[in-house]
Amino acid sequence: MIKRKFGLGLSLMLAAGTMLAACGSEEDTSTENTGNGGDSGEATEESSNISVAMVTDVGGIDDKSFNQSAWEGLQKFGEENGLEEGDGGYAYLTSTSDADYTTNLNNLARRDFDVVYGIGALMQGAVEEIASQQEEQQFAIIDEVVELPNVASVMFKEQEGAFLAGVAAALMTETGKVGFVGGMEIPVIERFEAGFKAGVEAADPSVEVDSQYTGAFDKAELGKTTANRMYSGGADIVFHAAGGTGNGVFTEAKERKEADPEANIWVIGVDADQYDEGQIGDQNVTMTSVLKGVEMAVIEIAEKTQAGEFPGGETTVYGLAEDGIGLADSRGAIPEDVMTQIEDFKQQIIDGEIEVPETVE
Amino acid sequence: MSNRATNLLVPIISVLLGLLVGAIIMVVSGYSPIEGYVALWNGIFGDLYTIGETLRQITPYLLAGLAVAFAFRSGLFNIGVEGQLIVGWFAAAYVGVAVELPKIIHLPLALLAAVVAGALWGFVPGLLKAKFRVHEVIVTIMMNYIALHTTNALIRTVSGGGDRTESIFESASLRSEFFQNLTDFSRLHYGIFIALAMVAVMWFILEKTTLGFELKAVGFNQNASEYAGMNVNKNIILAMVISGAFAGLGGAMEALGTFEYVSSKGGFTGIGFDGIAVALLGMNTPLGVVFGASLFGSLKYGALNMPNEAGIPVEIVEIVIAVIIFFVASGYIIRLFLLRAANKKEAK
Repeated sequence: MIKRKFGLGLSLMLAAGTMLAACGSEEDTSTENTGNGGDSGEATEESSNISVAMVTDVGGIDDKSFNQSAWEGLQKFGEENGLEEGDGGYAYLTSTSDADYTTNLNNLARRDFDVVYGIGALMQGAVEEIASQQEEQQFAIIDEVVELPNVASVMFKEQEGAFLAGVAAALMTETGKVGFVGGMEIPVIERFEAGFKAGVEAADPSVEVDSQYTGAFDKAELGKTTANRMYSGGADIVFHAAGGTGNGVFTEAKERKEADPEANIWVIGVDADQYDEGQIGDQNVTMTSVLKGVEMAVIEIAEKTQAGEFPGGETTVYGLAEDGIGLADSRGAIPEDVMTQIEDFKQQIIDGEIEVPETVE
Repeated sequence: MSNRATNLLVPIISVLLGLLVGAIIMVVSGYSPIEGYVALWNGIFGDLYTIGETLRQITPYLLAGLAVAFAFRSGLFNIGVEGQLIVGWFAAAYVGVAVELPKIIHLPLALLAAVVAGALWGFVPGLLKAKFRVHEVIVTIMMNYIALHTTNALIRTVSGGGDRTESIFESASLRSEFFQNLTDFSRLHYGIFIALAMVAVMWFILEKTTLGFELKAVGFNQNASEYAGMNVNKNIILAMVISGAFAGLGGAMEALGTFEYVSSKGGFTGIGFDGIAVALLGMNTPLGVVFGASLFGSLKYGALNMPNEAGIPVEIVEIVIAVIIFFVASGYIIRLFLLRAANKKEAK
């Protein structure tokens, strides 16, 4: 028995030894690899192809809205320019908490990507810090402004898209009550809320808006309970601007639609065309989505950089007029006559006849 | 088998088992475990920057671990470290931006604000437990939510509707130029010394003072302590207050060192909850907390490099890290297994 146990101990030690040894040798090759990575980075610069990478906030690249749009933008840019995922091509890192933003930005900057994107307003502090330390590196931030010469900032007029969603909701509601589900109470989301309320007000002042913030972008269960409260309270159309939390709004709406296919239950999606989210059997609860051209903005910055015109220190603002904001195809959910009214409002906003407020009074 | 051999073998086997199971998970999901662990190693000790950041990550874990451990020693389960940390974070950042004073006053003032805020957040459940026997677990969990949403609302008010405060004045900062130059701009700050000093403080309170003796006695047996003439209620409140103070200080590390501001949060930071694991890994002793926090902080920080260098998805990485910690924490099972084997042999 004693021998057997010693045997076990011995084999464990052996295993440990080989594992550690393997680690050691691998480490050597990996340092060589990083050396090669640097070389290939230079090589791509010569061929005038640039490499791009992004850091997501806690939503991750499969949040079905904001981060996902940005990642799809990078992928599209990569494909068009024959880049591969990885060093010298395009890549992403996911943040699991606020403290990870700087580390992730720094890691990508060290891997010699030409532009490193910080996706989301929450990353402003981190981008500002890293960008001021690494003055040679080019950064971009979406939804916030960082006033540094090596940072390109992108802002959207969310309120304009939300305004059109508000018009659609006000004209389509049968109960005279609509809902708004927000994520965290931050300026970006407040622009959605303000625009939505203004849109409802402009189209039909008698329609009531039930507005709720869930305080999170990654809690689908909270979105579900909030939507449940709204639909139970008589709202029939809910607009969400809550990232991953909004997926819960879809779940709730789909459950109601499944229980009663005749029910007039709708969701208005956000950031990307969320039509697929609303599919339930052969019905769909997605009325339309407020499109935010994150994908387009990400690509545009990459293309400008490739052309040697990185818009550092500048803030690019996308609105209805620039086609950076808009409504997704409703696929027949919104009838023709309502569409014409929406188009009418859209034209007025583009012409500057309607100024959509950025904050809720 | 001798006792010493067991003591040595248990942690080694548990870490190896953790790494092994983690490796199996990586293989099954189609990633190279060797690359993964190399990336983990490089993420912790790769260069001066990562070492600096690893130490930075360990700092709040130390204090959160101390907070949980201190309450544990007095027989209290402080789940509210998270909330106490958040209010401490806010209080320190607020003092950091609200006034500008000479560093020698400003920095201690900001730290003190965090300590007071955390202590206050610990005082409420302590008081309820002492006076009305309300279980501290319920109260502290609820206090976490109150802390989260109250500070979010306060941040909005302070920043005039924004989602974060201004950065704190230089005079309240724990950041050090020396460390930054040494570690290639990592966010390592002087807070690590404060945290280590608190380890000594906790040891001193528990081992060298009457208060510590009473607290431990209450932890072992409340009735016996009362019979011995100790004021159990006072000790319960004190234990929660001191525990909360440690946690608040942990928040100050984030406010004055890592971030230099406070931003509204969509959810908990997780540091306070991880503090529970840190304390338990360290068997609730001050020195044990140092080991627990080092392990937790290193793995948490190093894990960030696994998607970066080895291309392993975050979800797999989180499972692997959890498995490693799981096995380290289950050291007792391995010890039991070894003892059983030894007994069986003797019986033969």
